[in-house]
Amino acid sequence: MEQNQLITINNLVKNFPIGKGKFTALNGINLTFKTGEFAGLVGPSGSGKTTLLNIIGSLDIPSEGYANVLGMNIGKLNIKNAAILRRLHLGFIFQTYNLLPVYSVYENVEFPLLLINMSASQRKKAVMDALDWVGLTDKIKSRPAQLSGGECQRVAVARAMVKKPKIVLADEPTANLDAANSHNILKMMMKLNEELKTTFIFATHDEKVIQYLKRKIKLEDGKIVKDEIIKTNKEL
Amino acid sequence: MLALKLAYRNLVGAGLRTWLNVFVLSFTYILIIWQFGMIDGWNYQAQVDMKNWEVGNGQYWHQNFDPYDFFSYEESHAQIPELLKKATSEGKATPILISQGTIYPDGRLQSMILRGISPEQKVIAIPSAELNVKSEEIPVIIGQRMANSCKLNQGDITTIRWRDANGTFDAKEVKIVKIFHCNVPSVDAGQMYLSLENHQKMMQIPGQATMFIIDKNSNINSNISGWEYKSHEFLMKEMTEMIKMKKVGGSVLYFILLLLAMLAIFDTQVLSIFRRQKEIGTYIAMGMTRKQVVGLFTVEGAMHAILAVIIGAIYGFPFLLWQMKIGISMPAGTDNLGIPIAEKIFPVYGLGLIISTVMLVLIITTIVSYMPAHKISKMNPTDAIKGKIQ
Ligand SMILES: Nc1ncnc2c1ncn2[C@@H]1O[C@H](COP(=O)(O)OP(=O)(O)OP(=O)(O)O)[C@@H](O)[C@H]1O
Ligand SMILES: [Mg+2]
Repeated sequence: MEQNQLITINNLVKNFPIGKGKFTALNGINLTFKTGEFAGLVGPSGSGKTTLLNIIGSLDIPSEGYANVLGMNIGKLNIKNAAILRRLHLGFIFQTYNLLPVYSVYENVEFPLLLINMSASQRKKAVMDALDWVGLTDKIKSRPAQLSGGECQRVAVARAMVKKPKIVLADEPTANLDAANSHNILKMMMKLNEELKTTFIFATHDEKVIQYLKRKIKLEDGKIVKDEIIKTNKEL
Repeated sequence: MLALKLAYRNLVGAGLRTWLNVFVLSFTYILIIWQFGMIDGWNYQAQVDMKNWEVGNGQYWHQNFDPYDFFSYEESHAQIPELLKKATSEGKATPILISQGTIYPDGRLQSMILRGISPEQKVIAIPSAELNVKSEEIPVIIGQRMANSCKLNQGDITTIRWRDANGTFDAKEVKIVKIFHCNVPSVDAGQMYLSLENHQKMMQIPGQATMFIIDKNSNINSNISGWEYKSHEFLMKEMTEMIKMKKVGGSVLYFILLLLAMLAIFDTQVLSIFRRQKEIGTYIAMGMTRKQVVGLFTVEGAMHAILAVIIGAIYGFPFLLWQMKIGISMPAGTDNLGIPIAEKIFPVYGLGLIISTVMLVLIITTIVSYMPAHKISKMNPTDAIKGKIQ
């Protein structure tokens, strides 16, 4: 693995069984990501964005080829080590927020830290910092049901960021948000990307997201058709 | 422990449903403890009563005596052996002479058992001292059940008939000098007590007896020829077995209740695993292993039992203690079963009973919670995250 190379993907193929046959969702993917990227997988619906993101997130495994994330061979990782990889180094943001409904905002953000044996005082500081980044320190006692969609997604961002992971994977994070909230969330993530050097990888077809990306990887029918670095990233 | 902490958060967060399950469960286990405590209390009381009124610390029977065969009574009396004579004079035992007789309540013939007992004895609780009265008729005492069935009152005079040792029928008037209350039906129903001396005279067998009751504070069990020693345990066996059966029979209802509580928890678990797919996927995405998630859901289910134990202890233990103090009134007529039943039974709750009931509820709840939770480990996390119905 080269220096700075967080993720290396070689000749990756992903097949899903369908009836007696199979459906190839990803076909011969070659990709690398470096620390601090702010990249997006874009492309039409069904092109394989989520599938690729799930493999990078060690939630799924390649059918063929090789995917290395932070030095771990995803295809060979056992369930336990995959869980440890996610617990320590990966943050997830979902289209549907996926907050734990019975937990307060504070408890939701605290959750990832409970899994990594952090002392109570460190935990408290980290949670408050994360809620400060997303501007929700005044809502710590609220339940997800009491929040707007935008607020929920900000909690989800805080939850993904609280342990300062190396990589954040965000699948359609703005699909359920209006324009103002989408911009707000994206700006926040850009700031975190710059300050903490966290790598962000999106899967999206939302123009509002795409305009913030520093790298666009375009998928079509499970293949990469374009991989471009955006130099003239719109300054906002 | 993390699972406990998270499970507690989830349960309390789930609100009403949790508390409903917890309440039913706590109610069930308190009822089980109460029921068994009552049966144990009853058993204890029956043992004490039987010991005091009938069994003593064992008995000696004439070798021909069979309490279930009335015809054996004629053949089963003999001179009192030396050893028992001595024990009787020391108050360590008391002789009883048993024969069959008839009584005529309302002109109907009714068979009964005559028991000759020493008015001086203090071995059993029969108030035989009451027989020490001068009267024209033969003084006798009977229990309340006998008095009811023969419609006799204290002071009544009635005729009894019997057959003496030579087979000759005879009849005399007796006077009811005392009616006693006793919880042991076999001491009371169909029994009439008169002084041993009178009975021996009536039977024309002076100095003879059918059996001996050994005082509850004494120990005699040497071999005496012509007499058979019957231990206290032997004499209690039938009653103990009957109560054991009652225990099994009585608990069926409570186990059905327990089953229902388990069904509710099983249902809650199945439902929550179905409804909480997205949450399960999220746990996995955040780095919990599937084992941990299965553990969390199992602990959540099992925690119903833990909360039930706590809640049950809060309202149940005062109730149980209160019952132990004031006793439970038994409905009249229950003693037709032939088992001694006091008017009031004071439940006895052994530590073993409480611990085993609590453990039982805990273990069953955990198993019932684990079964559906185990399904989680078969879930595909990427589907679970989306909350896809499988
Ligand atoms: N578990 C699965 N079983 C079978 N086919 C699947 C499965 N998951 C995804 N697919 C198929 O793989 C293809 C790629 O799916 P994927 O979810 O990666 O698309 P996507 O690019 O994320 O689309 P969208 O923009 O709509 O989210 C789709 O055609 C989909 O039907
Ligand atoms: Mg997708």
